[in-house]
Amino acid sequence: MAKRIDVSGLTAYYGSHKAIEDISMTVEPRSVTAFIGPSGCGKSTFLRTLNRMHEVTPGGRVEGKVMLDDEDLYGAGIDPVSVRREVGMVFQRPNPFPTMSIFDNVAAGLRLNGNYKKSELQDVVEKSLKGANLWNEVKDRLNKPGSGLSGGQQQRLCIARAIAVEPNVLLMDEPCSALDPISTLAIEDLIGELKERFTIVIVTHNMQQAARVSDRTAFFNLAAVGQPGKLIEIDDTERIFSNPSVQATEDYISGRFG
Amino acid sequence: MDISTKSTQAPPPIPQPKVTEQKRAARGATRPGDRIFLGLSRGSGILLLAVMAAIAAFLAYRASLAISKDEGNFLTTFEWNTGAVPPVFGIAVLAFGTIVSSIIAMVIAVPIAVAIALFLTHYAPRRLRGPIAYVIDLLAAVPSIVYGLWGAMILVPYLTGLFGWLDAYLGWTGIFSWEGGAPRSMLTVGILLAIMILPIITNVSREVFRQVPQMHEEAALALGATRWEVIRMAVLPFGRSGVISASMLGLGRALGETMAVATVLSPDFLIHGSLLDPGGGTFAQNIASKFSEATEFGRDALIASGLVLFVITLLVNGAARAIIARRKEYSGANA
Repeated sequence: MAKRIDVSGLTAYYGSHKAIEDISMTVEPRSVTAFIGPSGCGKSTFLRTLNRMHEVTPGGRVEGKVMLDDEDLYGAGIDPVSVRREVGMVFQRPNPFPTMSIFDNVAAGLRLNGNYKKSELQDVVEKSLKGANLWNEVKDRLNKPGSGLSGGQQQRLCIARAIAVEPNVLLMDEPCSALDPISTLAIEDLIGELKERFTIVIVTHNMQQAARVSDRTAFFNLAAVGQPGKLIEIDDTERIFSNPSVQATEDYISGRFG
Repeated sequence: MDISTKSTQAPPPIPQPKVTEQKRAARGATRPGDRIFLGLSRGSGILLLAVMAAIAAFLAYRASLAISKDEGNFLTTFEWNTGAVPPVFGIAVLAFGTIVSSIIAMVIAVPIAVAIALFLTHYAPRRLRGPIAYVIDLLAAVPSIVYGLWGAMILVPYLTGLFGWLDAYLGWTGIFSWEGGAPRSMLTVGILLAIMILPIITNVSREVFRQVPQMHEEAALALGATRWEVIRMAVLPFGRSGVISASMLGLGRALGETMAVATVLSPDFLIHGSLLDPGGGTFAQNIASKFSEATEFGRDALIASGLVLFVITLLVNGAARAIIARRKEYSGANA
């Protein structure tokens, strides 16, 4: 299931503006990799290049290579739609479909992928909601709208929706920044469980969070406003937070800038 | 792990300001500016209600004068003879014509309008969106008499071909059979009304589709939805109540349209089984064609028919609101 991501020489643009430049890194399967860095350094942009969501933005385009095991996501003849079925994503603000019930939200991705029997759908929905630690809270109201849940529950619903299609990789773009500390803790625990099955990449502004949940941490920075963001270093989380090899990383982590 | 109990714990209560202070602030009556504005807005509201009540009372009174002298059944008579002694008139044909022509208009216009709105918001190249939207706005600004003239001079002659085709292939259904008269029938009216209500439905739908939050569309995209699937999962459900409202605006115009209908229809006081047979009539068209030559009593009778149109419009709007309200908890407003 979980696959290795291998990025080489990736540059992304918004129109003529170069947002990130020449990024290369490897993300191991069944691990959690955290992206940290100041606002505007391109970590979210980079995350969105990993499931070809960047090009959805008007003017967005990408150069370079992203390999998922031995498949080039930007290769000729690769359909972005099929890439996104393989690489799931959870967004900053919980975004369950407001017009769908809790059940339909989780089943949404499956229904895109083909015909399932009702009983199959029920099994997958239950399994996904359990996987997102939400089942006990919602099992009696699966037919109620997802928008009636609390923010933290909505975000776990979005995680359930993303994992229901059994992606190889799960991308998370600041999944806790709109949540209270208790809901954040619930999501962080969940990330710890999910990494048994998926390759997880998470963007976060919260350095304690990066330290708590991730195995590897990548630090992004930009030389000045208007300059493209760059990957400064990527290393084991423990090392990044105790003894980083680049001075800028240490400055950022210790709060001297950013 | 026991998140469920933790996350349901109530936060400590936040101290509230005293109720009396709140009330005073809400009323805002301490400053003269607020007081004047309050008086003005409240006065306008009351004036509106008073004017509405006065109009309704006047119309109901005049209508009752006419209906009380009607020798026929006001609801079921196929005749409009207010000059006869005793007078015989009924709204059956008008109600039928008004509803049928509006249904035809909606059936044609709503899908096309939604398609145009989706094209403008999700498919058209960015630089084409402005000009196309502008042309549609222009369509909405054309006066209805111009549509009527265009319909009578250009649309009606062209429809001969369409009517022949419909008769040949769908004539067996009965509702599309054609005896070969001038194509000035309910279908003609419906097609013309569809063109007239297209801009308003398109514009409102486009506005609604444009307001679909980016995050819902991205949610669908990230699940591996194609462009059409994004529209089906995120855009259409979110815009559903808006499209219903837009359709109601269009329907309101179709139900009440006067001059254009009067120009393209050859009215009579019969209910025709085929939509292609010339004849029939609508409330507004009947009022427009008879009002100038009507006696005082004739006018009262026309006012009575106008009241029925008013009631039909109210019922349609009520039904639309009910449809929207029934799905309220699923609407995009909760996002």
